[in-house]
Order: sequence, then C-alpha cells, then structure tokens
Amino acid sequence: MTAKELVRLENVWVYYDGIPALEAINLSIESNNFLGIIGPNGGGKTTLLKVILGLIKPNRGKITVLGMPPEQGRKYLGYISQFNLFDHDFPISVFEVVLMGRYNKSGLFHRYSEEDRKAATEALKAVEMLGYKDRQIGKLSGGEQQRVFIARALVTNPQLLLLDEPTAGIDPNMQTEFYKLLHKLKEEMAIVLVSHDISAVSIYVNEIACLNHQLFYHGSKEVSAEELEKTYRCPVQLIAHGTVPHRVLKEH
Amino acid sequence: MLEVLQYQFMQNALLAGLLAAIACGIVGVYVVVKKIVFISGGIAHASFGGIGLGYLLGINPVLGAMAFTVASSLGIGLVIRRTRLPEDTAIGILWAMGMALGIIFIGLAPGYAPDLFSYLFGNILTVPFFDLMLILILDMVIIALVALLYKEFLYLSFDEEFSTISGVPTEGLYLLLLCLVALTVVVLIRVVGIILVIALLTIPAALARQFTHSLKKMMLLAILAGVFFTFSGLWISYVLNLASGATIILVSGTTLFISFGINKLRRRAREHDRNTNAV
Repeated sequence: MTAKELVRLENVWVYYDGIPALEAINLSIESNNFLGIIGPNGGGKTTLLKVILGLIKPNRGKITVLGMPPEQGRKYLGYISQFNLFDHDFPISVFEVVLMGRYNKSGLFHRYSEEDRKAATEALKAVEMLGYKDRQIGKLSGGEQQRVFIARALVTNPQLLLLDEPTAGIDPNMQTEFYKLLHKLKEEMAIVLVSHDISAVSIYVNEIACLNHQLFYHGSKEVSAEELEKTYRCPVQLIAHGTVPHRVLKEH
Repeated sequence: MLEVLQYQFMQNALLAGLLAAIACGIVGVYVVVKKIVFISGGIAHASFGGIGLGYLLGINPVLGAMAFTVASSLGIGLVIRRTRLPEDTAIGILWAMGMALGIIFIGLAPGYAPDLFSYLFGNILTVPFFDLMLILILDMVIIALVALLYKEFLYLSFDEEFSTISGVPTEGLYLLLLCLVALTVVVLIRVVGIILVIALLTIPAALARQFTHSLKKMMLLAILAGVFFTFSGLWISYVLNLASGATIILVSGTTLFISFGINKLRRRAREHDRNTNAV
C-alpha cells in the first residue's frame, strides 16, 4: 500500500497574546506514520493538535486534512485529549461516551441505529471494556477510562489518531498495555502521539519530532543530543535504539 | 385542610408549581452538570430589566421579561464565546445592568407598579390565567427542544471539544441552552420570583444527582423533587402564613442538606463496614 498524505501544515504560526506558540511549522503526516512529538510543557504540543483539528485557527499558514480545511476533514480524525480533563461526577455511562464517536455518522436530530450500537459494542470489546458499558465513566480507574476514550476515538473509524499525553495519570502496567494496543492499531491507521515522556515514546513510535514552538522533524527516531538540547534548551537524555531500546544519560 | 383545594387560586397555584417543576427539573439538570449556575443567576436577575420594560410599554411584564431575557442570554452567550472578557466579569455586568435598567424603566413608567414585589420574590397564589397558559406553552417548548436535541445537549455538557470535532454545532447549542435557561427563568418568576429563581434551577438537580448517573433519570427525579418542593412549600406557607416563594426555597434547601447528610452518614457506615471486614 502506498502511503497517502493525510495532514499537511505549511508555515503555520499561532500567537497567544502576541507571543508565538507555534512558529513556522511545516509538517506532513502520511497514512503509514506513527509519529511521536516530544517537547517540554508549554512547547505548543496541544496547540499543534488543536490546529490540526480546527479547534484553533492559525494566525498564518495553511492546514489541510485529507485535502480539506480542518473543519471538514476532522471527522476522519480520532482524538484523545489530555487525560482527566472531564468532570468525574458527570452523569454519563461508558456506552453513551463511546456512542458519541458515532455522531459524525448520524448527525443532528438523527437517532442512533442498530449499526451504531453494534459499532460501539465492538469498540468496547476491542479495548476489553464491554463488561463496564453501563458504569458511570467517572467511577472507573484512570487506565479503564483511557480505554473507553480510545474506544470512542475508534468508532469514528479514523484514518489518523491524535493522542495528547495519553499516558499521564496511568500506572506503568497499564501504560505497557496501552502501547501494545497502539502497536496493533498502527497497522490500520496513522498515529500521532504527543508527550513529554521521551523514553516511553521513543520505544514505540517509528518517527520522532521535537516541538518547542518550532518543530524539528527528523523522519526517523534517531534524535541527536544537539537536537534535543535545541528543543529543551538544556541537556537531556540521549535516545538511541537497537534491538534493545536503551538510553544513555548525557553528562550534565 | 383539603377544602382549600377547591379554590381556583389554589388549583392555579398547584398547576403553576407543577409546570415550574417540569421546566426547572429538565433545564436545571443542564445548569448543574454544565456548571452554568452563575450565568443562569445573571440571566435571572437581568430579567428584571424585562419586567421594567413591560411596565414601561404597558404590556404584561412577563412577556417583557421573556423577550428581554432571551435577548440578554444570547448577548451574554456571544460575549462569553467571542470576546476575551472573562466569563464571570461579563456575567457580573449583565447581572447588575439588567436590574439597573429595570429600575430606570419602572421609574419612567407612568403610575405605580403595584405587584413589583411579587416579580422579585414570587407569589404563586396570584398567578393569572394568561401567565399560566404562557408557562404551559414554555414548558412544551422546553420539552420539545430537549427531546429533539437530547444527545447534542448531553455531548455539549460532557465534552465540548470532542463534540465540536464530531460535527455537533456546539456554539449554536450553547446559545440555545442559555435561551432554555431564559425561558425557565420566565416560568419561575411567577412562582418564586427573580431573586429566588436560581435555587429552583439548582436544588432539584443537585438532589437528583446523588441518586443516579443517568441524565434522563436525573431529570425525572429533579422534576419529582421540584413538585415535592413547590407543593410542600406552598402548603407550609399556607398553614403558617408565610411568603410562598421563600418557603419553597427553604424547604428545598433544607431537604438537600438533609439528603447530603444522610448520604454522608451512609458512606461512612459503608467504609466502616469495609474496614471492620478487612480486619
């Protein structure tokens, strides 16, 4: 299968109160990508995802999602926002949350069909959460909630999955499970994962880009110390990989 | 005691209480889960401007309040969405300016405003037939809109960002939700009055929330709670000869606190059981 371009950003600038959050971003995401974007907090990682999703309008530059403006193309994207930002007391069940992902197929005034319900059931089965479908979402553990939100993103049948700090607040065991799941999913869709957790990301993704207002994109996941230093503006762990993933700590 | 039910004014009062409970049960649930209590308070107080406008124009003040409240809820919604004014600042301004306009309008209106006090603090025993019919229609509008847009309002309240990406028209829905709040405020003005509206918008929903995690069941429970509050408050105010609106609010608040207290005791008992079993 030849890769096709899903998302394209050309010279994108975003300012908050006159201060640039994103500077001259050029990025192309193709259908076979599993891209990790790392960078410090406040480096514009979430902003970048929101620009792709059309939630934030850039001050300058051009974005296309499957050749369309983000507002039209975003229904082909799956999105998992930064963890734990929802109201844990909210009266909504796991099944209702997953069904939300089918809205782009049904739309205003439409009732969900048997097919929608089936898709939601399948997605819950895929993340092994079907047994929890009638539970209130806030009553689940962090890892369980995470899987429900993955199921919600999956029922949209996305061509590209965008994940914002997906492992924050999840215990290490669940994180391993989570990355295994992503490993499976990358066969079916492109994935962009945003994180400040360099070590975890570097093990699983195929390519890494560094983002600190500017994007340093390498097309592979070998990142040199100089490039990381440019991103973080301080000495950081050096990433390398062979048969066994390992890290080398550079002298501070 | 029951013979009082034969009086037309008492039947009207009960009907008004029932209709108010339906409106505030449904819309109050959104107010509570979407955390727009303060905006709702602002809209409620701003409705006083509409009451004043009604007096000034010589029309039914409730009709004046309806137009004014819907307009001000759209205005505050757009200000919150489209400008950089902090939300609570915008609400505070709306809150006071609405009331100030009301006072100016009433001052400019010819003659004396005899039942002004009943708009501020409610008087469920004097709801005129026309207002009752208006309340009935507003109830039907609220029920129809929420039935049609149930899942959209649910998504808007739970996760606005994901809803936007999925194609839910979130801004329009948010403005519509504020309009529903405005209509509910109008329904409640006659029953508990502008100043006390916010209590009936929040207490039944907050009470219902303790017992269910389904939004639909929460609405039904909130309506039942609202009916109980208005009927029992009305009865107590009749027996003890107290102001009806204020009595309804005090009954509601007291019930909520008792319910919180019982829930807390039950939780503590459950934890105690668990601890003793563990040992």
